[in-house]
Amino acid sequence: MSKGNQVLEELTSKEYEHGWTVNLEADEAPKGLNENIVRFISAKKGEPEWLLEWRLKAFRQWEKMAEPKWPNVTYPPIQYQDIIYYSAPKQKVSPTSLNEVDPELIKTFEKLGISLTEQKRLTGVAVDAVIDSVSVATTFKEKLSELGIIFCSFSEAVREHPELVKKYLGSVVPMNDNYFAALNSAVFSDGSFCYIPKGVRCPMELSTYFRINAANTGQFERTLIVAEEGSYVSYLEGCTAPMRDENQLHAAVVELYTMKDAEIKYSTVQNWYPGDKHGKGGIYNFVTKRGLCAGDHSKISWTQVETGSAITWKYPSCVLKGDYSVGEFYSVAVTNNYQQADTGTKMIHIGKNTRSRIVSKGISAGKSQNSYRGQVHVLKRATNARNHSQCDSLLMGDQCGAHTFPYIDVENNSARIEHEATTSKIGEDQIFYCLQRGIDEEAAVALIVNGYAKEVLNQLPMEFAVEAQKLLALTLEGSVG
Amino acid sequence: MNTAVSHDLVKEIIGSLDGAKLTAGAASRQQALNTLEKSGLPGAKHEEYRFTPITRFLEKNFTGPASATPSLPSVDEFLINNLEANVLTFVNGQFTPVFSKIISPELTVTPLSEAITRQNPLVERYFQKILETESDPFALLNTACWQEGLVLHVPEHTSVDKPVLILYVNDATSGQVLSHTRILAVIETGSFLSVIEKSDSVGTNPVFHTLSEEWVVKENSHLEYCKIQNDSGKICQVSNTVIHQADSSLLNTFTLTLDGQLIRNNLKILIDGEQCESHFYGLYLLTGNTLADNHTVVDHRKPNSFSNELYKGVMDGHAKGVFNGKIFVRPHAQKTNAFQSNRNILVSDTATINTKPQLEIWADDVKCSHGCTSGQLDEEAMFYLRSRGIAESSAKALLLYAFAAEVLAPIQNETLKTYLDTLIANRLNKNF
Repeated sequence: MSKGNQVLEELTSKEYEHGWTVNLEADEAPKGLNENIVRFISAKKGEPEWLLEWRLKAFRQWEKMAEPKWPNVTYPPIQYQDIIYYSAPKQKVSPTSLNEVDPELIKTFEKLGISLTEQKRLTGVAVDAVIDSVSVATTFKEKLSELGIIFCSFSEAVREHPELVKKYLGSVVPMNDNYFAALNSAVFSDGSFCYIPKGVRCPMELSTYFRINAANTGQFERTLIVAEEGSYVSYLEGCTAPMRDENQLHAAVVELYTMKDAEIKYSTVQNWYPGDKHGKGGIYNFVTKRGLCAGDHSKISWTQVETGSAITWKYPSCVLKGDYSVGEFYSVAVTNNYQQADTGTKMIHIGKNTRSRIVSKGISAGKSQNSYRGQVHVLKRATNARNHSQCDSLLMGDQCGAHTFPYIDVENNSARIEHEATTSKIGEDQIFYCLQRGIDEEAAVALIVNGYAKEVLNQLPMEFAVEAQKLLALTLEGSVG
Repeated sequence: MNTAVSHDLVKEIIGSLDGAKLTAGAASRQQALNTLEKSGLPGAKHEEYRFTPITRFLEKNFTGPASATPSLPSVDEFLINNLEANVLTFVNGQFTPVFSKIISPELTVTPLSEAITRQNPLVERYFQKILETESDPFALLNTACWQEGLVLHVPEHTSVDKPVLILYVNDATSGQVLSHTRILAVIETGSFLSVIEKSDSVGTNPVFHTLSEEWVVKENSHLEYCKIQNDSGKICQVSNTVIHQADSSLLNTFTLTLDGQLIRNNLKILIDGEQCESHFYGLYLLTGNTLADNHTVVDHRKPNSFSNELYKGVMDGHAKGVFNGKIFVRPHAQKTNAFQSNRNILVSDTATINTKPQLEIWADDVKCSHGCTSGQLDEEAMFYLRSRGIAESSAKALLLYAFAAEVLAPIQNETLKTYLDTLIANRLNKNF
């Protein structure tokens, strides 16, 4: 197995591909957090009084809360007063066309493979690019607005559609839901807002690329998607971040709200800087994601491919309130070197005949720790609730760990809940089978891992599936030794 | 959690004990007490006691430090019919020789307080070595204030052919009872021991019983361990059982919970040797307001061992079932095979189950899996039986019995097996 080791070494010594810094003249808030900073952010964004009040309320609640300690991750204490809570790329006038956008920015997008020009139009993806917390360009807006779909940055939504934002902001993730959600509610800089009107099927995949750019800047995104009765939308979120030595905190909040017969499909590929091979640096990704199936027959589907971040800590959840509503969670989480991931989902069955499905595939290599933590809760009135969960872990190397913490709480006797989990390594016989047929070890591992994760990758839209497969191969090929 | 209240409670419980008898092991008692006074008893926010409100139960039901004096004339009604066994009886936390008898001469039994005073080498070597008292607040409480315990010893290459029946009887006829007992057992190389533990109480006053047990199973030894909890009294019982396995040892455990108010079983198996085999089975058939909480841990510390866990539950009435099964596979425990399964049936619509199977693996060359289910009886199976003229209640009983009886399979002793089988059949109203 020396070849395996060699490949593993090559892989682990590989520098982060997307690691570079673009010099943007950032418009920053002073370090630290207090009421004045919250007011500064709000004023900077020209927000109405009610939103400032909302932020301040969240901030006061946050001050009273304590950072949670229960996840299976370890990290040095975060100095919340050393973080810069606001930084915007400097722009003198708001751009009316792409030509007016800072050319440095455009270059960044090109490096990332996000083209805001013709190329992207051909692929049919509308991109709302977020760089350092401010949306700078939005494409396909007109086409979407013909259908009545609103897809814009969060600040624009506050300006243009305050009644919608006011109605739904915090309706799924209350401002005091948890420590990081409260922090986000107080200082969120920008994010995406999406509204699909009644009966409309969004004709294209909506996508946002997030990117952290200035040093020492925490990124506090806020995404809110509302799907009215009978509508459908598929939303993609992808992340890459430049190489950084200091840990960066990212505490985003994503809220999904579906009415009767509506469906939201939310896909994430997360490839932020995981730190170097000694575990130095990397992003702390502490995210609150939750969807509410408010109406009957509604559906929310989360798909995530997590390969980056020093620490990933998130549980995209579904609150199945409407009768016959459906929640799905598909996840592949890969950790290498000193990465830590504590991720999973919550399925809260409230309505009758609600169904949920959980497929989680964890892969740990190097000295990493990978945990699945999930809860399936069937409340008393949730007659005929149905859940199936499957959590598999694959271990590569003898210094990594895989952990499973499923909570199953059933209060209704008609519920059918099944949970199964396995942990194993890549079978030597499987690799031998491939080798025997002239497939080298590297390709064999890629083949086996892709097969292992296929159930999840299949759920991704085309554009993402390709990227995700590449990411998996990049992180794992040859990790068996 | 209101820690102030539980601090008082801790003091009250400690105050309830006869200080004169608590001299043995004074240093470790004081240490445990200090830790406990800092931490208090677990409240609803305590991760390990989220669903099991023992502290609240204690606060609600126990007043003052007094513990009733037993007045039992005999414990014969609690024995297992036709079972020829060594009987060791505790009444209200005190070992009671008049109700005990030892028929296997190869088995040595010494009261723990006596063993400590006489500096018994077994105590020096094993007592409080494998039970990590810090891991559970009630283990701390027990360490601080155990009233009496027993030291069991099986010499090398000896098979104790008659089982040991340990009876915990609590007599709450004249008042509340708080009892705290301990067991230390050492089964030397190449030996065999079968143990049955049974708890019962009389009277209607509340009973709080903590028991901490340490079982040392040496190389090539074999331990059969069976726990029967069918105590219809107002009992809250917390047991901390730790079993340490050395190379090539074999362990079978079976826990049957049928009755009680609040039952918490912490069962921890330390597989600290290679080629070990561990089977642990559990069954909880609950009705009324019973809450039974089984927390099991199997800790694979050495390579090449096997563990298999199967816990099943049927909840009726307002009963609550709680299960938490942890499997740890330590970094060097390669080639471990560990399996775990927890299956539940909720019969009534007011019963609940909270289950959390948990895998924590740090070694790569392992095969581990867990599965858990919650559901109801298969409608097709019911229909099959109904269509053959079997009444609904009988069909239900038959199916539930079939579901439950699977876990009896590993029990070797036929008399015991028949006894358990009768208990299960009666509980499920299987009358044919």
